[in-house]
Amino acid sequence: MGSGTRGARAVARTAGAMAAGAVAAVTAARALRGPGRANRSRTAGPDRGDRWQVVTVDRPPERVLPGGRRPEPLRRLGDGVDVALRPAPGGRGTELAARSAGGGPLTGPAAHLVGDDPGLLIRETLRQVKQLAETGELLRPDRSPLDGPARG
Amino acid sequence: MRALCWLGADGLGVREVPDPELRNSSDAIVRVRRSSTCGADLPLLGGRGPSLTVGDVLGHEFLGDVVEVGPGVRRHRVGDRVVVCAVVSCGSCWYCRQGRYACCDNGSTGTAVAEQAWGQPVGGCYGQPRSAGGFAGSHAEYVRVPYADVGAFAVPDPVDDDRAVFASDAVPTGWLGAELGEVCPGDVVAVWGAGAVGQMTAQAALLRGAARVVVIDRYPDRLRSAERHVGAETLDYRVTDVVAELRERSGGRGPDVCVEAVGMAWDGTGSRSLADLFAAAGRAGAVPDRPIAVREAVHACRKGGTVVVLGTFTGFVDTFPLGAVMHKGLTVRSSRQHGQRWIPMLLDRMARGEIDTGHLATHRLPLEQGAHGYDLFRERADGCLRAVFTP
Ligand SMILES: NC(=O)c1ccc[n+]([C@@H]2O[C@H](COP(=O)([O-])OP(=O)(O)OC[C@H]3O[C@@H](n4cnc5c(N)ncnc54)[C@H](O)[C@@H]3O)[C@@H](O)[C@H]2O)c1
Ligand SMILES: [Zn+2]
Ligand SMILES: [Zn+2]
Repeated sequence: MGSGTRGARAVARTAGAMAAGAVAAVTAARALRGPGRANRSRTAGPDRGDRWQVVTVDRPPERVLPGGRRPEPLRRLGDGVDVALRPAPGGRGTELAARSAGGGPLTGPAAHLVGDDPGLLIRETLRQVKQLAETGELLRPDRSPLDGPARG
Repeated sequence: MRALCWLGADGLGVREVPDPELRNSSDAIVRVRRSSTCGADLPLLGGRGPSLTVGDVLGHEFLGDVVEVGPGVRRHRVGDRVVVCAVVSCGSCWYCRQGRYACCDNGSTGTAVAEQAWGQPVGGCYGQPRSAGGFAGSHAEYVRVPYADVGAFAVPDPVDDDRAVFASDAVPTGWLGAELGEVCPGDVVAVWGAGAVGQMTAQAALLRGAARVVVIDRYPDRLRSAERHVGAETLDYRVTDVVAELRERSGGRGPDVCVEAVGMAWDGTGSRSLADLFAAAGRAGAVPDRPIAVREAVHACRKGGTVVVLGTFTGFVDTFPLGAVMHKGLTVRSSRQHGQRWIPMLLDRMARGEIDTGHLATHRLPLEQGAHGYDLFRERADGCLRAVFTP
């Protein structure tokens, strides 16, 4: 309960800072709502998907969302995702955040992938955006014999 | 190609598996010249930590020749003889740029396991269970090397294969131990474990100017090896009160730096202390690791000293002497190795003869005898310190 309230305030701070942040490259399909919305009381318990998932990308904002547009991994989640970014303190690049729009459950093609951890798909997607910005491509595992025969 | 695979209840065996292929533009394919056993393989084979899948290829300490490079590779060409850091790191995230390559954000494809176990993804490693890695092991004819510009290093001619292979893991891990301990001239350093990692830690501590280095183990041939080849003093913990002996050898202070290079008790050895029995009584089912050597290191260490944990632990440990850490004001540090930071320097030192690894490859075997090599290594039979395979 206590921690739930603290958690909600942290979300509120994050959301507020991101909405008002110096880098206003917010490309949310729906505008980020202000702290008022995020300030609503939450009961403790598992996240319902309304928590911002955040990664720090060791690159400037324009390398994270080139041209202010969402890169492919994020586009795949469809319109139902809010995205925000701001500079990370200490010269550590850019903090990139996403959550399902309005804090509701993910809808559309993304919905069936999330299982019972709604943050999982968003975290994984953010990690892909980060990896693309930092290394230029997504690291692929070795082929496994379970993948079937190679082409060609 | 042929590879040493885990076969479940049947143990290990050489099987035909598909050749690796380039999967990212920064990949290289390396034809393996040498691939070594490492203490980190033993808990995997003993069923501790994330589980192997039948067909998984083991091995992460290796060197070989580059036979193919992706279009993004700049520093290596076909034909280069390279040693490859056991840890897979991208070289371009914040952690890599700080030199903390083992903490790499982009080094593994099996991030779900790491996130669950440790809360964060960490750098990758060859030859791990598929769920925890994504990169096949090096006990094979060929291996795919991701981020080849970051993790592969040309080997200077004077360093032969049987020596150079240890620049992949044991030597940088030993260097890490001495560096985390901030070993200074005049220090007394104690190292638990006379395996390759412990010995390379002792060597690094001496190179940094330690006045005395004491290596602790129970295998007489490993202890003799540490004396003869590294110049360390040794203690056999089966017949010595280690903490008392260390106190005596350090003027009653306790060692300034205590390095644990042992890891999980994968084979059920080591006596059960009262603390273990107490902890086990309260719980059914999974048994946490027993950090016996870490505990001893904490007790032995001088006030304000540093305890370094190099041994591999995957989950929880019981009965950690936090009281001693607190009241003696100890610093406890740990990490996997950041070989990318040190391998060129270490290879230079090896070429100059400052670091000697010639005695570590006690058993050189064809890959076909891999299962036998692991038997020797696991049982510490016939003086086996490292079994090194040639595919
Ligand atoms: N931090 C890293 O990046 C890194 C890299 C490589 C290996 N490791 C880990 O380092 C550890 C050592 O590796 P290795 O290849 O030398 O292993 P190894 O299995 O060859 O040697 C371990 C030695 O510890 C000794 N030992 C066991 N219990 C002891 C005790 N209570 N006191 C003193 N000695 C004891 C064993 O007799 C053995 O000789 C392993 O846990 C391995 O997984 C860590
Ligand atoms: Zn290893
Ligand atoms: Zn990295």
